Amino acid sequence: MTLVRIWKFGDQVDTDLLAPGRYMKGSIDELAAHCLEAIRPEFAAQVKPGDLVVGGIGFGIGSSREQAAQALKHLGVGAVIATGAARIFYRNAINLGLPVLVSPDAAKLQDGATVQFDLERATVRDAEGNTLAQCEALPDFLLEIVRDGGLIPNLKKRLATQHRASGN
Amino acid sequence: MPHTISQKIIARAAGEASVSVGQIVTCKVDLAMMHDSGGPRRVESKLKELGVGIWDPSKVVLVADHYTPAVDADSAGILSLTRKFATLHKIHNFYDGEGICHVILPERGHMKPGLFAVGGDSHSPSGGAYGAFMVGMGATEMAGVLATGEIWVRVPATIRVEWNGALSRGVVAKDILLKLCATLGMNNDYKVIEYAGSTVAAMWMNERLTLSNMAAELGAKTGIIAPDATTAADLKAKGVQLEPWRAALCSDDDALYEAVHQFDTAALVPHVAAPHSPANSHPVTDTEARHIDQAYLGACTGAKENDLRMAAEVLKGRKVAKGTRLFIAPASTQTTAKLAADGTLAVLLEAGAQMMPTGCGACAGYGAGLLADGEVSIASTARNFKGRMGSSKAEVYLGSPYTVAASAVKGHIADPREFLL
Ligand code: SF4
Repeated sequence: MTLVRIWKFGDQVDTDLLAPGRYMKGSIDELAAHCLEAIRPEFAAQVKPGDLVVGGIGFGIGSSREQAAQALKHLGVGAVIATGAARIFYRNAINLGLPVLVSPDAAKLQDGATVQFDLERATVRDAEGNTLAQCEALPDFLLEIVRDGGLIPNLKKRLATQHRASGN
Repeated sequence: MPHTISQKIIARAAGEASVSVGQIVTCKVDLAMMHDSGGPRRVESKLKELGVGIWDPSKVVLVADHYTPAVDADSAGILSLTRKFATLHKIHNFYDGEGICHVILPERGHMKPGLFAVGGDSHSPSGGAYGAFMVGMGATEMAGVLATGEIWVRVPATIRVEWNGALSRGVVAKDILLKLCATLGMNNDYKVIEYAGSTVAAMWMNERLTLSNMAAELGAKTGIIAPDATTAADLKAKGVQLEPWRAALCSDDDALYEAVHQFDTAALVPHVAAPHSPANSHPVTDTEARHIDQAYLGACTGAKENDLRMAAEVLKGRKVAKGTRLFIAPASTQTTAKLAADGTLAVLLEAGAQMMPTGCGACAGYGAGLLADGEVSIASTARNFKGRMGSSKAEVYLGSPYTVAASAVKGHIADPREFLL
């Protein structure tokens, strides 16, 4: 099991913090470099692939801008675990292949902790394997979208299957 | 089984006799709205990747509002791409710089009760003012809708919010919403807010639009209002005739709500949301009279015809304070034309307001009228998150058009009621 780091934030991490309006015209590279800088300037430069972003209630509240989720995905974030997630952000993230899991245990997770994350079981464990947070598992069809890498690859697969089934 | 209006619309769109809360169903989309920011430039590559076109271009409405008019080569490029997309995909419902999407949709007769509609913008719940079930979404999801004409939804629970009684002078829909943000909070995720009561019944459609629009601030999936005679009359004026089933849509009397909240409208006073959250709202009487560098009358919730008329009531025969600037960005070109014709615009300009182009402008932080480090602003927009309107070191207060106009006159946050005797 790979060990990843927890980056913990508070309640109401909104889409303007994740994807600041000023950088919305530019590339995702540029935008992602400013992700969360207003509250955690070192985040974008230091986050490592697979790391977990943990939040309180209302994670991703605000605009429908998909770049809020895309910036996290671009930086390699493995999953978002929050006490509560805003619905558009939740759907956007999953549609981009970034799992968002809701858990009342999110509040107990410590910033900077080194942990293991298991998407299928929806758990966060410490290095010894003790469960730190149990999350609500994603329904199977959403898990499939995440595993396929997002909605577009998932749709591509489904459209191809339909195509074959209809014999064209 | 009794059902809410949302359940009825979802059931119809899913081809089911009825649906229950929590059930996951696939719905056929009646209308899909996109704008220049989250639309073509984000969905085009995805459609290409899927190798498909748009399922039904007649059901798509495309609005260029976020980056119009272009302020630099990048925004010009985004607009150019948007126009090409409209031509390529034969989207005839394309409004280019004619107004903000949530105002254009009803203004041009695209909204009606019973629609299952989606929008590539978080304030898409606006459509709920017309009794449509309309939800916001991001670009990838929109690409999925454009490709298939379908989307999955989990049938939401409904919270009924009733306002009863008459609004006092100077108190409007924006104040109701700011009060609700403070009372219900911003995390009503996956819930529908259903607005009802005599106050809502007495409101014009433009005020109802503000209620539904800002259901987004409550974190809700949408904010719906059952159609009534006001809805039908408004639509008739726009040439939209309603089939009887649409006009009659409503929640059953004994429908199950997750919660019912009742408010006494007469007790409501103007509210102001302090930085950096709409939920940080308080009566204007409890709000510090801070100096304002900029007052902004713009956005879908704050620069419609009625909104700018409110501002004119306050500004008539008065001047914007020295050391404060007032910007107005009418929500649509039709709005500008109407207000120019009846002299409202002249009142605003004589008071010292500066006219901005129609569009999202400073609201989303993309256009003109942004704030510098340390500046303080009051705006009639819907949200005041950190960094949204320019510098992340600026502070934005939210208020009704009345309150914004009164603050512009005083040069500090002010109660509009003293101007409205
Ligand atoms: S005016 Fe503001 S809130 Fe309305 S659609 Fe434009 S950016 Fe969004």
